[in-house]
Amino acid sequence: MDFRLTADQKGVRDSIRELADKVLRPRAAAFEAAGEVPADVRRHLAEMGLFGMLVPERFGGSALDPLSYCLAIEELARACAATSITVSVSNSVVAAPIAAHGSDEQKQSLLPSMARGELLGAFCLTEAHAGSDAAALRTRATRTAEGYRLQGSKAWATNAGWAGLFIIFATLDPALGSRGITAFLVRSGNPGQPAGPPERKMGLRASSTAPVYLDDCEIPSSDRLGEEGRGMAIALETLDAARIGVAAQCVGIAQAAFEEATAYARGRRAFGHPIAEFGAVKAQIADMATDIDAARLLTHHAASLRATGAEFGCQASMAKLWASEAANRVAARAVQIHGAAGYSADSPVERLYRDARVTTIYEGTSEIQRLVIARRLLGSRVHSTPISPGPLA
Amino acid sequence: MKIIVFIKQVPDTATKIVLAPDGKSLDETNVNFVINPYDEFALEEALQIKDRDPLTQVTVISLGVERAQNALRSALAMGADGAVLLKDEALLGSDAGATARVLVAALKDVSFDLLLFGKQGVGLDQGQVDIRVAEALGLPHAGVVVKLEIDGGRAVAEREIEGAHEIMNFALPAVVTAQKGLNEPRYASLKGIMAAKKKPIEIRDCAALGLRADQVGESGSLTRIKKLSLPPARKEGHKIEGDPASQAKELIRLLREEAKAL
Repeated sequence: MDFRLTADQKGVRDSIRELADKVLRPRAAAFEAAGEVPADVRRHLAEMGLFGMLVPERFGGSALDPLSYCLAIEELARACAATSITVSVSNSVVAAPIAAHGSDEQKQSLLPSMARGELLGAFCLTEAHAGSDAAALRTRATRTAEGYRLQGSKAWATNAGWAGLFIIFATLDPALGSRGITAFLVRSGNPGQPAGPPERKMGLRASSTAPVYLDDCEIPSSDRLGEEGRGMAIALETLDAARIGVAAQCVGIAQAAFEEATAYARGRRAFGHPIAEFGAVKAQIADMATDIDAARLLTHHAASLRATGAEFGCQASMAKLWASEAANRVAARAVQIHGAAGYSADSPVERLYRDARVTTIYEGTSEIQRLVIARRLLGSRVHSTPISPGPLA
Repeated sequence: MKIIVFIKQVPDTATKIVLAPDGKSLDETNVNFVINPYDEFALEEALQIKDRDPLTQVTVISLGVERAQNALRSALAMGADGAVLLKDEALLGSDAGATARVLVAALKDVSFDLLLFGKQGVGLDQGQVDIRVAEALGLPHAGVVVKLEIDGGRAVAEREIEGAHEIMNFALPAVVTAQKGLNEPRYASLKGIMAAKKKPIEIRDCAALGLRADQVGESGSLTRIKKLSLPPARKEGHKIEGDPASQAKELIRLLREEAKAL
């Protein structure tokens, strides 16, 4: 077992870190105040190839290995968590499934512009009544002479405000349950897809999140992604892999909170000493560092498994579970170490504390992750037949 | 056109310098090596010329040890087309004169229109190699350049001189050295990093360069490093305590008796 990164992996990490420190970190608070990652910044990231990280090279992407991708996402999140989710959603839950399941025509027409960052993606599985229980989704797809008509509404779609391409999961027949669910590609500007109002959120306020409405949204049959009835399988496979990226995002948020906390503890004096000299603070710093290291190792392990083609779903869930909860613990401790200064909305740790909160909720709640892990460990033993991994598994 | 950019791998300027036990070199543990910042300006200038004229070929050359491959790889990731590492045990200890001799040897049978250097390599900061190469090849030399325009077979360079800027107009091929302000070096894009993995780095030793061991390294050098020493540590500051009146009194006493400034 060798925990060292390759020279190429270090190259990716260092170049993204340099970019993130210069372009994102100093402006993260301003992005949040403006409620968006500004277009010029998205363009800059696009020029750097960040929206093509998971696009195959023949379509103009850089096809990063899973560990390099984690390193890139961690560095982005360390500087600006909202930017990291903007980038990771377009890569891991839109470009990646198109590369894996798209037709040649879909890949050729979509992936090059996704790699250039001209076409951002949004992934629309969740509905107001179907979160963890994704198979309960109600958006309907009806076959037409030309293709399909979609009707329904999706909730909490990241990148909804600036995406040019939406993957919509809809059911051809609710009676079929998860086997009726099919994935469709919808372009922005489709008259059947009016824009929804942005969500007002606790954290990640610079990322775009909104409902996506489908009102007699007509699409040609060539815009179906994968076979009819394969939608849920595509969604599950996509989310399994994407979880590793969310774990990396959590590590980045935790790392940023840790760095803020240690810098503050060194500089802040009380009772004639820097507070870093007090045992109570030292113990917190040690616990935070240990928590982050455990999260990072779980994340890198899941990524390494995926790179070798091994089964990685259980480890991806473990990484996402631990890293998201660690990010919350570490951010809370960072606020505590800052005292009143950390309670101020002008403090970076206040933002990190809010940004961390969603990570135990989105892309599979902690509860769902535990269910996935337990089912994968116990499944075949507690039941005579294996239990399906569950909707958001 | 064909541009050759010479780059040197140097310790990151933020490095805390620790001397090696031999007293003549750096302890490289915990040292982060980077492309010499002035060489990055030179490389960026070459890449901007290539941006305007895609037929331009940019080759980076470095004299260094194995780890210098990382600097060359970074240059390839930024967009250079090819890279050459001049690496040989015998080259260790080459001074500016011997280094220039090696670079000139590397240019034999190579066609080029422009040789770009950083104005100096941070570390030794002698700023000699580029001038020696220009002299050996009989080429025009424009140093400390903050603006460069290439038009056909000629170039116009704006260079910093004391209290003014000098405009030089000269024919190519020529040697130009880059000063801060010439441009803003780009980041390597992820695509560039991935593409760089596939670009070969050519490695040439003394035999391949047609150089004898006594022409290079310490034996081929007129100067050699006998000893390195760190600047003396600064003395710790003295904090004057008390109320303003007694602080002022104490300050006057110290200025008079210790600093002897009054």
